[in-house]
Amino acid sequence: MRFVDLLGFAAGALRGHKLRTSLSVTGVAVGIAAVVALTALGEGARQYVVDQFAALGSSLLVVFPGKVETTGAEPFGGVTHDLTIADYRMLARLPRVRRSAPMAVATERVRFRDRGRDVPVLGTTADFALVRRLEMGSGSFLPPGDPDQGGNEIVLGLTVAKELFRDENPLGQIVRVGPWRFRVVGVIAPRGQSLTFNLDEVVFVPVRTAMRVFNRTSLFRILMDIRMRDELALAKRDVEALMRERHRAEDVTVITQDALISAFSKILNVLTLALVGIASVSLAVAGVGIMNVMLVSVTERRAEIGLLKALGALDRQVLAAFLAEAVLLAVAGGIAGLAIGAGAVRAFVGVYPSFPASPPAWAVAASLGLSLAVGVGFGVWPARRATRLDPVAALAPR
Amino acid sequence: MIRLEGVWRTYRVGEGEVHALRGADLEIARGEHVALIGPSGSGKSTLLHIIGCLDRPTRGRYLLEGREVGALSEEERSLLRRQRIGFVFQFFHLLPRLSALGNVELPMLFAGTPAGERRARAAHALEAVGLAARATHRPDQLSGGERQRVAIARAVVMNPAVLLADEPTGNLDRHSAVEVMALLEEMNRRGLTLVVVTHDPAIAERAKRVVRLADGEILDGRGSWVVDRGSRETDPPTTHEPRPTGGGWE
Repeated sequence: MRFVDLLGFAAGALRGHKLRTSLSVTGVAVGIAAVVALTALGEGARQYVVDQFAALGSSLLVVFPGKVETTGAEPFGGVTHDLTIADYRMLARLPRVRRSAPMAVATERVRFRDRGRDVPVLGTTADFALVRRLEMGSGSFLPPGDPDQGGNEIVLGLTVAKELFRDENPLGQIVRVGPWRFRVVGVIAPRGQSLTFNLDEVVFVPVRTAMRVFNRTSLFRILMDIRMRDELALAKRDVEALMRERHRAEDVTVITQDALISAFSKILNVLTLALVGIASVSLAVAGVGIMNVMLVSVTERRAEIGLLKALGALDRQVLAAFLAEAVLLAVAGGIAGLAIGAGAVRAFVGVYPSFPASPPAWAVAASLGLSLAVGVGFGVWPARRATRLDPVAALAPR
Repeated sequence: MIRLEGVWRTYRVGEGEVHALRGADLEIARGEHVALIGPSGSGKSTLLHIIGCLDRPTRGRYLLEGREVGALSEEERSLLRRQRIGFVFQFFHLLPRLSALGNVELPMLFAGTPAGERRARAAHALEAVGLAARATHRPDQLSGGERQRVAIARAVVMNPAVLLADEPTGNLDRHSAVEVMALLEEMNRRGLTLVVVTHDPAIAERAKRVVRLADGEILDGRGSWVVDRGSRETDPPTTHEPRPTGGGWE
């Protein structure tokens, strides 16, 4: 039997039951569309995060207190030292460090007249704008000076400025953070989500003042811009050595941006796989649907199967004919699902243009392969039942 | 051509056994026209299925053109059915989704005949049964007689040696029945060996030889050219099996 004839015969049989066929195809299409859309979104999320980190600049070191590897077990007699402004001053003097900025963070209510808003308050220094490449919308960033000095200057993220001041010019105005009064010296240009913060939604104050406001003794992080990108590992070792000396313990964690990216990338890959796993459940359900339809078909077409055998169709030809039907159902569903999934992703990107979602090539190939496997996997058993029918019994009128 | 020696066909039913055939001996020569008659359950259909290689003897030997069918594999018997045997059924067994032409093409489809040749041969076979004008009609657009003629075209399109008909007129009115029998006899005149299972004495009468069965045994017709017109009243009066209402798929 020729392959084309086999497909033609199977397609003819499917055309005989349009509703049943289209429902089975829809089942598979939904499963495949879910797989395609979720992989695209997962992959897009990963790409988005990686891009965000890459936008930080590729020569960044981040220091934070505590040792990642020793969570739960406090190192060296249970002493974890604070990461202090003094530490920052020493680190900033390392020869491989171009610039660095300390960060202290807490969420506080920022008020202007009767309007108030809870926002993350970042205590830092003037160098932060350079390390993170911030641009000013108006005014200037925190003034340079001794980080231990403190001050009453405040710089607003764009959203915060809009919410508190509406149409007024915020520059020179006084806002309150808790009981403290600050004078607005600048508003940063729109920047959006970056690292863990949406920089449009934060305010900046001098680091010393921030720690007093928050009543904290430890910095949240220290960011360091390294002069030479290929000296990142050396710089990291410098930082670790210096901190070990100062704290007499390995109680800080230093990460490079690459490590950060690959960590997030890994997490998001797992997330994507989990999403695909969930989507695969619907595909399995669709496969059982195909099996059901094929079993009904075999039962209904007993006489046809008997006839084919009487006409001299070999068992493997009968098997192939019924298997071809199941595979056609599944592959038609696969192609439809691919189109639906890609359409959904495109629509999503239309709404959120900054999100780089597109079905990865491997997902397209895999979903077509998967639909084929569903057709074969769930079609074999019904098809085998067809071949096992005794032609005499199958031809007998019931 | 066809030779059965002491053929038994036994079915296991629950604890017991049912003997559909009990030591049947039969020889049919090339080109013969034989009618198999007998009451329901006499084993005539079983005999036809064995001759058609759809079923195998439980005991005994069946030789088709000198080959022992019982010893052949499933696949070899499929090929025998494809190349040497044509079937015509009471309920036509046409595929409702295919046109008359498509139905006639069916055996060639599984034989791997190229599409062009397939179409030409199917058209030719339809012409031979007088249905060239109906080639594109689907079975539900054809009368009973026309459907059976399509089935005959399908049965002969592979140029078989034997044509086996199981109650070919059982579902037809008198007029169509005569037409269909005339067509089968025409095929027989062209050299096909024709074996017809029937309840209908009028149909059996047309055969050159009648083989009567009862309780799985062949009563007469053993190798001889017996047309036992005298004992026709011992045949069951035309107790046609009731036609199934609806649900048919032809």
